[in-house]
Amino acid sequence: MVTMSNQVPLVDYLVLGDTPHLEANECTACGARFFDHRSACASCSGVSFKKVSIPTEGFVRTFSLVSMAAPGIDVPFAAAVVECGGTSIRANVVNTPVDPEHVTIGMKVRLATFPIGKDSEGTEAIGFGFEPLEVK
Amino acid sequence: MSEAVWILGINMTKFGKHPDKDAAGLATDAVLAALVDGGVTMKDMGVMAAGNLMGGGGIGQVIQKQVGQTGIPVYNVANACATGATALRTVIMAIKAGECDMGLAVGVEMIAGAGLLAGGSRGADSDTWVPSGRYGAVTSVDGRIGTETMPGVFAQIGQEYGYAHNVDASFELFARISEKNHAHSVLNPLASYQKRFTLEQIMGDMMIAYPNTRPMCSANCDGAAAAVVVSDAKLKTLSAEQRRRAVKISASILTSDPWEEACQILPNVNTLTRNAANQAYEQAGVGPSDLDLVELHDCFATAELVHYDNLMLCEPGGAVDFFNSGATWRDGSTPVNVSGGLESKGHPIAATGIANVWEICHHLRGEAGDRQIQGAKVGMTHVIGLGSACGIHILEKSAA
Repeated sequence: MVTMSNQVPLVDYLVLGDTPHLEANECTACGARFFDHRSACASCSGVSFKKVSIPTEGFVRTFSLVSMAAPGIDVPFAAAVVECGGTSIRANVVNTPVDPEHVTIGMKVRLATFPIGKDSEGTEAIGFGFEPLEVK
Repeated sequence: MSEAVWILGINMTKFGKHPDKDAAGLATDAVLAALVDGGVTMKDMGVMAAGNLMGGGGIGQVIQKQVGQTGIPVYNVANACATGATALRTVIMAIKAGECDMGLAVGVEMIAGAGLLAGGSRGADSDTWVPSGRYGAVTSVDGRIGTETMPGVFAQIGQEYGYAHNVDASFELFARISEKNHAHSVLNPLASYQKRFTLEQIMGDMMIAYPNTRPMCSANCDGAAAAVVVSDAKLKTLSAEQRRRAVKISASILTSDPWEEACQILPNVNTLTRNAANQAYEQAGVGPSDLDLVELHDCFATAELVHYDNLMLCEPGGAVDFFNSGATWRDGSTPVNVSGGLESKGHPIAATGIANVWEICHHLRGEAGDRQIQGAKVGMTHVIGLGSACGIHILEKSAA
């Protein structure tokens, strides 16, 4: 039986569990947020960060429907910038057809997680995207 | 105010396929022609800066082996797609600093037939999921968390303009920008394409990253460009013909991207460019309305739109109306990319930021032939490299 302990997030800023969400490193001095680990703050050069949870609902600020990518990447896919509570997130828009009728600027979306595969030890990696809040 | 610096000689090779040459060989063609154009030799050069982004470092010394090893300092520079402008600016800074009175900048790239230049390959998924890197990723994220490809990144930059200014930046609008640049290059014998496309052909071509189809993307090609830069004091000692053809560098600016929310997600080429443009206009003492032509960084059709606004060629938020007015066609009020731009002339990366200066110089000297913008006195060049860097040069016709 697969349990939660057999899962790992695709990236460490995706927090799994009962309520999956994204987590940013926020500069304690100026409030700038980063999803990666920074040595110092790119905004104010501060060196102290705290973890903050990002809201799981937001809207698509911009997108591209990518038809050409490296071998091994399923195309087309919808690459987007999603804004959740004032924080911008890079993510794919998922669970909707990849065309300009279904992926639109301003559309409301929510975080969705899904398995992306198992490694040789049976551990399952969990990825994330954003799916439409309302089905068109 | 430091004294003026001038372009004395400049050249670009034909952009396209040069299978018979290596990078140093193509760069040599541009260097020797730029020296002849300026009426000088390698022995007159006090400094050299060179770029060849995809070829690794050290191209400057390799070129010297072909054109003259005079022992001068070489700066091999790399600044993404702003590499050529960075090489030029490096030479300008050396001359302004008084280190020498003449220098050579050169950029070359051999990428004809190349596919995606970023995000074109992806590492194999590992056998075990082990977090690594600053995102703690257990495997490749390209295509799983957005895109690393340039057509996709710049598609988002163009589409965001519509959102930010509440204007209709449609697929068709972007395709019409590409239609313009391909129409322009028909008059440019050094362009990669020199082929006019109909709007239907552009919109119906292979989709790379919506809304950018293939002809709306930079043309990957081989190419080189080189420029000889001279101090004002030295120019005064040269012949009347050299002084007449010299082009004044009224502004030379390089910026990097300041931190902003979202810049970790999607590079903000807007603030980057606007900051450079503000500094360039102030340094040159001219405004956008003084520009007779502009060569800007249309790495994708979606990029050209935002730079109308970033370079303040139009009112804030007015780029769509500005384009629709016909202003940026070669017979418009502010001709943009009469060379064909990166989409049609081509984008041999490290050569681009010098080749666009060559284009402006050609018009300011009245030597642009069929595509001459009549009476051109002031022009601007602009490049950006993601990461990010923006290079802007404002050039003025010689008063002599």
